[in-house]
Amino acid sequence: MDTLSHLAHGFAVAFTPTNLLWCLVGTTLGTAIGVLPGLGPALTIALLLPITYQVAPEASFILFAGIYYGAMYGGSTTSILLNTPGESATIVTALEGNRMARSGRGGAALATSAIGSFVAGTLGTLGVAFLAPTVVKYALKFGPAEYFSLMVLAFITVSAVLGSSSVRGLTSLFLGFVVGMIGVDLQTGQPRFTFGTAELLDGVDVIIVAVGLFAVGETLYMASRRYAGKDEIVPLKGSLYMTAAEWARSWKPWLRGAAIGFPIGAMPAGGAEIPTFLSYAIEKKLSRHKEEFGTVGAIEGVAGPEAANNASAAGVLVPMLTLGLPTSATAAIMLSAFQSYGINPGPLLLTTQANLVWGLIASLFIANVILVVLNLPLIGLWVRLLKIPAPQLYAGILVFATVGTYGISQSPIDLAILYLLGAAGFLMRRFDFPTAPVIIGMILGPLAETQFRRAMTIENGDWTVFFRHPLSLTLLTLAFIGLVGPHIWAWIEHRRRRGPEHVPGDA
Amino acid sequence: MSTSDHQASPPRLALPELLIGVGLLACAGAVAWQTLAIPVSPLYSKVGPTVFPYITMAGMILLSLLLILAAMRGGWQPDEEKETPTDWKAMGLVAAGLVANLVLIQPLGFTAASVIMFVLVCFGFGSRHPLRDALLGLVLALAAYFGFAKALGVNIGAGLIENQLNALIGAMLGGKGG
Repeated sequence: MDTLSHLAHGFAVAFTPTNLLWCLVGTTLGTAIGVLPGLGPALTIALLLPITYQVAPEASFILFAGIYYGAMYGGSTTSILLNTPGESATIVTALEGNRMARSGRGGAALATSAIGSFVAGTLGTLGVAFLAPTVVKYALKFGPAEYFSLMVLAFITVSAVLGSSSVRGLTSLFLGFVVGMIGVDLQTGQPRFTFGTAELLDGVDVIIVAVGLFAVGETLYMASRRYAGKDEIVPLKGSLYMTAAEWARSWKPWLRGAAIGFPIGAMPAGGAEIPTFLSYAIEKKLSRHKEEFGTVGAIEGVAGPEAANNASAAGVLVPMLTLGLPTSATAAIMLSAFQSYGINPGPLLLTTQANLVWGLIASLFIANVILVVLNLPLIGLWVRLLKIPAPQLYAGILVFATVGTYGISQSPIDLAILYLLGAAGFLMRRFDFPTAPVIIGMILGPLAETQFRRAMTIENGDWTVFFRHPLSLTLLTLAFIGLVGPHIWAWIEHRRRRGPEHVPGDA
Repeated sequence: MSTSDHQASPPRLALPELLIGVGLLACAGAVAWQTLAIPVSPLYSKVGPTVFPYITMAGMILLSLLLILAAMRGGWQPDEEKETPTDWKAMGLVAAGLVANLVLIQPLGFTAASVIMFVLVCFGFGSRHPLRDALLGLVLALAAYFGFAKALGVNIGAGLIENQLNALIGAMLGGKGG
């Protein structure tokens, strides 16, 4: 098998002592930031982007991937013990996990989520290894028109289909477009949206945008909400080892969760919220212990969504590595890391950067092993991390935010932009605008524009090209259905029931 | 969970949401102004650098109108958000910390400015031990400066504290100062 030999080569790359060390650092850091509320993988990877000027691409992507996977593991610990989902993808884990912790079965909840994450993460990574070469075969046939239409589909799904409101999601996306267009237009050399200032000619760094929205905005929001109820940490009771009955109740949800999570993550829609909610609904339906759901906490309701979450996190890497199509904020920031190395992720990545891609995939397997060790026997360490008081935690986040931003060019103007974006991030958080589409719009917007203009140039300015190519037309039709379909559906439901309409879960 | 719940009372104009919609419309105006300022060579007239800005502008105008419409129908804030009062004092202190950092980072250097920000933010979040926080902030800022900045090769504005420490480290290494 071709994939297996590539994978063997990847392990040779990943098993060098330095790369193992990067993997260990990444997974440890990832778990820590996953556990800490207010910090996420997108923010952390953004802050660490300058490392791309220092080390080889393999090393930094192994580090970033470790952070990415680690945050998924760490986030579930916070959800279970604190009931404050550390990551949006672990909202569902908090539903049953926190109830289990309150009824003294926190140990089992942590164990099933860590082992389930391991099982699903490993299956998902296998999925990446085997699916990626297949996707590449199709992707090589894509022209600029198809790429543009695919990006339109991704824009619609990440901003309009997921989340609570398509208008607000699209607003975030368009704000991202504007930020992404600031600076010199690469094809004509014309400055755009610079307001006549020289500082904006280079564009706005993704570090500033991510740190402003995620760190400064989040801190301002938390400060403004100090009157809201405080969460208490549920002390960890019960053994970390699952009983035979708990194993028996966990393994099927793990596999089902992985089977739901990976394909949804691998679609150019992305997002871990839908698969986790879906897995939760399925486990609730299939469980023989329905009475435990919503009362003392059902282990299936932790095992399934956790597995779905990790498998979809792995799935997101498929469009990212094969098409250069990021579908989450974290993936978008990783894409900008590729750009910082001068590498263009796309169908050629697997052949031109075989060391990098297969080393990265192999290191994901290693990361999963390290993470299950870090998150089960060493769980006490992370629980202690949860006890960091909020004042010092958020003040510390701001110190690191300043380091990361001021370090780019030692310009107070960058800091001023950072704080303005922080204010915008606060308003977005306060008024329920999703922030991830801003990052995706900012990174992917310019790429979509390039493909659009390339397609138009080839066709001599004939815009019907996007509708004449069958694949492009299909993708655009799907995007259109994604945009208006839910509204028509809601309208029909509304007419039929004449009752209040319910949107299942916002994310 | 912001569902547009069935409203028994006639919908009321939601002022904060209206302001957001108007603000976005203003942003679209700024985009229009900046797009018109882009010089276009006739060579690129079909697929030039202004096509995407115009699409973005049109999208933003449409979206801001939809937001204003939603605001006039009672807004979209979830109830739990509306009911929690905003802690202006805490926010003000955090903002003061940020502004202090912005103003002081060049004259005082990164570490000193960070300590001041750290203390103000901690105070805003309800900590009442400014001295302890200052010490903690100093340790953290130095850790950030030496661990993070030096390891990543990022150049951070040095002030009095950093220069003293760099000189000290240089002296201890007995060679060239950092």
